[in-house]
Amino acid sequence: MIDFQNVAYNYGGGELLTDISLRLPPGSFHFLTGPSGAGKSTFLKLCYGELHPTAGRVTVDDGDLRSLTRDQVAALRRRIGVVHQDCQFLDHLPVAENIALPLTATGHPVDREDLSALMGWVGLMPLAQHLPPQLSGGERQRAALARAVIMSPDVILADEPTGNLDWDMSLRLLTLLIELNKMGKTVLIATHDLNLIRSAKSQVPVRVLRIRDRRLQLAGSDL
Amino acid sequence: MTRPLRPLIDLLAGDRTADRIVPPTGFTARLTSFTAGAMAFLVVFALALSVAAGRMAERWSDALAQTATIRISAPAAQMQAQTDKVLAILKETPGVAAARALSDDEQKKLLEPWFGPDLPLDALPVPRLIDVRETATGFDADGLKNRLAAEVPGAVLDDHTRWRRPLVAAADRLRLLGLMSILLIGGATAAMITLAANAALAANAQVIRVLRLIGSRDSYIARAFVRRFTLRALSGAAAGTLAGMGAIALMPATDQAGSFLTGLGFQGLGWLLPLLVPPAAALVSFAATRGAALATLRRLT
Ligand SMILES: Nc1ncnc2c1ncn2[C@@H]1O[C@H](COP(=O)(O)OP(=O)(O)OP(=O)(O)O)[C@@H](O)[C@H]1O
Ligand SMILES: [Mg+2]
Repeated sequence: MIDFQNVAYNYGGGELLTDISLRLPPGSFHFLTGPSGAGKSTFLKLCYGELHPTAGRVTVDDGDLRSLTRDQVAALRRRIGVVHQDCQFLDHLPVAENIALPLTATGHPVDREDLSALMGWVGLMPLAQHLPPQLSGGERQRAALARAVIMSPDVILADEPTGNLDWDMSLRLLTLLIELNKMGKTVLIATHDLNLIRSAKSQVPVRVLRIRDRRLQLAGSDL
Repeated sequence: MTRPLRPLIDLLAGDRTADRIVPPTGFTARLTSFTAGAMAFLVVFALALSVAAGRMAERWSDALAQTATIRISAPAAQMQAQTDKVLAILKETPGVAAARALSDDEQKKLLEPWFGPDLPLDALPVPRLIDVRETATGFDADGLKNRLAAEVPGAVLDDHTRWRRPLVAAADRLRLLGLMSILLIGGATAAMITLAANAALAANAQVIRVLRLIGSRDSYIARAFVRRFTLRALSGAAAGTLAGMGAIALMPATDQAGSFLTGLGFQGLGWLLPLLVPPAAALVSFAATRGAALATLRRLT
């Protein structure tokens, strides 16, 4: 559903991404790798319209992201769950309310049991009433992932979701994403963690993309 | 059917979850309420001033419009002759619609408040009064004065319209100034609430960014801010209006002469007028905050 056509991007300086064409079909599972500073986070931001390409176009369900009204962008983002690398929260609301925010902020009822189950899975039950600034880096990442999936979005974009996590917890999160993918959700994870990619490969068909020399390549079987 | 006030009504109805998404801001909240209250207090006074000035202008121009009085002071023996002479002159003067000598009874009534009911009018050298009614175009006052001076030396034209006209103009101007003050206070309130709203929006930049990224509509995010500021302005203005109305109600009561200072106030249904101030403050605050919030949001992708 997400389609990049000859996309280029720069932040005002030199070109960061060049001539990227890619289709993320519904139900696909992708990893995105590349050295730090290569443009992985930038690529994800192009996917949900926080940034617009400097050349080429990004379409979601055949609609050019650039031509959407602000309310259409809002509607689109409800269908795309995002784990941001910097994991921002509403610091004055407890973790549980932050995780449920995509529901409450769009007028949906919150199912307490579902919320508890999700928080239990990412190991945040004991911290439900803590405020986000009181969380560790890994706890914030888990909360961000829970928030990204609570609406059961069609697409999940995760930027380094396991960067601060131990291996066991990384696998738990991966399992969650794989289960969602098996339900038909499109998943894209930006990560440096090759073990995570290997573990996923052994469970579902995945494609691994790599940003190298400003271009997007399909990584070979070396992973 | 379009319902332009729908957003305002939805807003006041409220949404508890939407209220919680913006962190509480105790101090700016109190400042906003205080500002709205102080402004409402001032508006009530400006309103009272305008209303009183308007009332005064009306009274002066109505009661005295197109009228003049001629006073005849003459020895009792000549009084009737001079009166007849003046009436004859008036009949010939263009611009005079009617002229009539006041009867003794009428004159007694006029003097009663000053001298009491038992005034022996015949024994006193009280001047005779002639009530002159002008036509719409009016008469040539200077010409009439000259003619009276030449033919009836004891007659003096007391031309109220001419000396009251500047007073009526001043009262009209005062009313205008009052209305302008109200507009200025409204504008200043809008400006101050915009500043406060912008400060709140800047302080909550992260909240707004997060909400936008998880798919909240602009209207939802804006409402959280707009609701707060509107309610603060409404409650502050309500308090300020009540205080202003109380202060005006406590002004010394109007006496018979109805002088300007004691006449400052509302009368009858006029007391309903200041009740419009709190809703107006809420409306101003609603528009100002909504404008500020939507402008801030448009800068975010
Ligand atoms: N807002 C910005 N303005 C200017 N330059 C930026 C901005 N954001 C990122 N960059 C630059 O663009 C490049 C790519 O950034 P990006 O965050 O996409 O990298 P990344 O691949 O996600 O890196 P990492 O693995 O460290 O997260 C970096 O060199 C960064 O300095
Ligand atoms: Mg990054």
